[in-house]
Amino acid sequence: MDFLSYLINGLGLGSVYAIIALGYTMVYGIAKMLNFAHGDVIMVGAYVAFFSISDLGMPLIPSVLLSVAVCTVLGVVIERLAYKPLRSASALSVLITAIGVSYFLQNAAQLLWSSSTKVFPSVISNGGISWNGLTVSWLTLITIGVCILVMICLVLFINHTKTGRAMRACSEDKDASTLMGINVNLMISITFAIGSGLAAIASVLLCAAYPSVFPTLGAMPGIKAFTAAVFGGIGSIPGAFLGGLLLGVIEIFAKAYISTQLSDAIVFAVLILVLLIKPTGLLGKRIREKV
Amino acid sequence: MEKKKNLFALMTDKKHRGRTVSFGIVILGWAILEIMLFSGSLSSLFSSLLVPVCCYIVAAIGLNLNVGISGELNLGQACFMSVGAFTAVCLSGSLAGAIPAPLPRLLLSIVAGALLAALFGVLIGIPVLKLEGDYLAIVTLAFGQIIKSLITNMYLGFDDAGFHFSFVDNKVELKQGGKMLLNGPMGATGTERISTFTMGIVLIVIALIVVYHLMYSRSGRAIMAARDNRIAAESIGVEIFRTKMLAFTVSSCLAGAAGALYGLNYSTLVPAKFDFNTSILLLVYVVLGGLGNMTGTIIATIVLVLLPELLRSMQDYRMLIYAIVLILIMLLTNNETVRTWGERMKKQLKSRLKNRRNA
Repeated sequence: MDFLSYLINGLGLGSVYAIIALGYTMVYGIAKMLNFAHGDVIMVGAYVAFFSISDLGMPLIPSVLLSVAVCTVLGVVIERLAYKPLRSASALSVLITAIGVSYFLQNAAQLLWSSSTKVFPSVISNGGISWNGLTVSWLTLITIGVCILVMICLVLFINHTKTGRAMRACSEDKDASTLMGINVNLMISITFAIGSGLAAIASVLLCAAYPSVFPTLGAMPGIKAFTAAVFGGIGSIPGAFLGGLLLGVIEIFAKAYISTQLSDAIVFAVLILVLLIKPTGLLGKRIREKV
Repeated sequence: MEKKKNLFALMTDKKHRGRTVSFGIVILGWAILEIMLFSGSLSSLFSSLLVPVCCYIVAAIGLNLNVGISGELNLGQACFMSVGAFTAVCLSGSLAGAIPAPLPRLLLSIVAGALLAALFGVLIGIPVLKLEGDYLAIVTLAFGQIIKSLITNMYLGFDDAGFHFSFVDNKVELKQGGKMLLNGPMGATGTERISTFTMGIVLIVIALIVVYHLMYSRSGRAIMAARDNRIAAESIGVEIFRTKMLAFTVSSCLAGAAGALYGLNYSTLVPAKFDFNTSILLLVYVVLGGLGNMTGTIIATIVLVLLPELLRSMQDYRMLIYAIVLILIMLLTNNETVRTWGERMKKQLKSRLKNRRNA
């Protein structure tokens, strides 16, 4: 029974990673950049949700929606101000700018809301479903449910709408998409909007599980989710989903069966192993280089 | 009679100009700072920054070799600093009885730190350099995290009976007079501070000699060829893996030496000091200084280490300003208008200088 409960907890944690990883992977797919500020968008989402629940006394769902709205706008603004002018610049310049944005968000949060840790109110009741001695908390169930819902919506959106098709076209070939009358800048903005909105959802799920809010909250989940995105093959949406879930399960198993202190090392060691066997991640496409 | 150029001509010709400028800056800076230290006109804050700045410069020069010359994005440079630092701290701590004089001990520790970091560079390089692009970057990040969490779980003690080591759980029991060298997440404590500013300058000079020598050698040209066009380089017989490995190993060796000096400059050092943020910080120095430009790296490192200190009067806003400066520099240096304006100014300046020389 221990094994099953660890597995389900792992899937719960993995679902949060998967939702964050989707943001990384979508942005990478279309803009070919590593958005290091994504983790800090999660942090902003967590603060917005925290203040709307505990200071404004709003119920859970509206505060999640508010958080999603704020993060979406934030994501688009960041993209317009910081990344759009660098569309033709080298990948490293964009990376450093993303790091600058990340510093900016962290320090702005520290100034606005102080560096002390705030306790996130418990928003989901503690109980759960018990079955044959196996207890699964509501939170884990809701997290997994939200992740599946997000995944289904996203796949439907990407594969079956006109905008989704345009986004896929942009990630294949920007110049050809422009010739076909697609507004590439708009598509990139939409991608950032979706990614940041998902980050806000992930932030609430994350804070419900680990109820503390502080300015560098997003850093570690950000790195882990980025790892998950690479794990599954960066640029691939099902890959991010699979990578996130696997990463969560591996982390919980490593914590339970090997060592709590070494769990991070084990997670990253597995990533290295996977990349050595499959250099473009689990579901990544191999791009052949032409001479 | 054009056979042998005189030294001055050799130093200022096109190929060697960059080299001359960077050595010049380092030696001039050293002379000025030594005079200021001697006359006591340097505040204690700035004199405490001297050694760390030297360390960051050496590690950043190494990283620039890796990112700028070899063209591989490395997000884990800090882990090599970490290896160097904790090797040096342990060695210096355990040799304190055998070699009481600080200078030979410092030298020995730095050499040991650099060598061990180079060894780690080779070991990590084997899997890392098999990958390409962003996948390579993420694996260096992963190794950085792994090394950090391994060192965070190491316990090493030293007494009359020899070394005692334990991993994850602290089981080290020492006899009377024994000394804890590594203490898990608390790192190294009670280190004797034997680093000197002069040693920092010596390390920078050595790093510059090594990197410039490599850049203008056959291997260096092979490294750059592999960066610029992998397939073309391969087709004329450049062994990509071997050349990249050379750059990676030298880079990690320099980071190890830098880390060793850094570790011996503080009485306490926690493993968390060398985390992802430190790697990123080094990368920022390299990119702002200019890829492949060692002089730029030195200047960028000095400016960016001093910037938060100079902004101290702004108090809480200083890191915010730092972030804004970072973003603005990136936006401006990549802006078409600013760039053409800069080039025009450069041209004007050049022609004005020429006119004056002719007149």
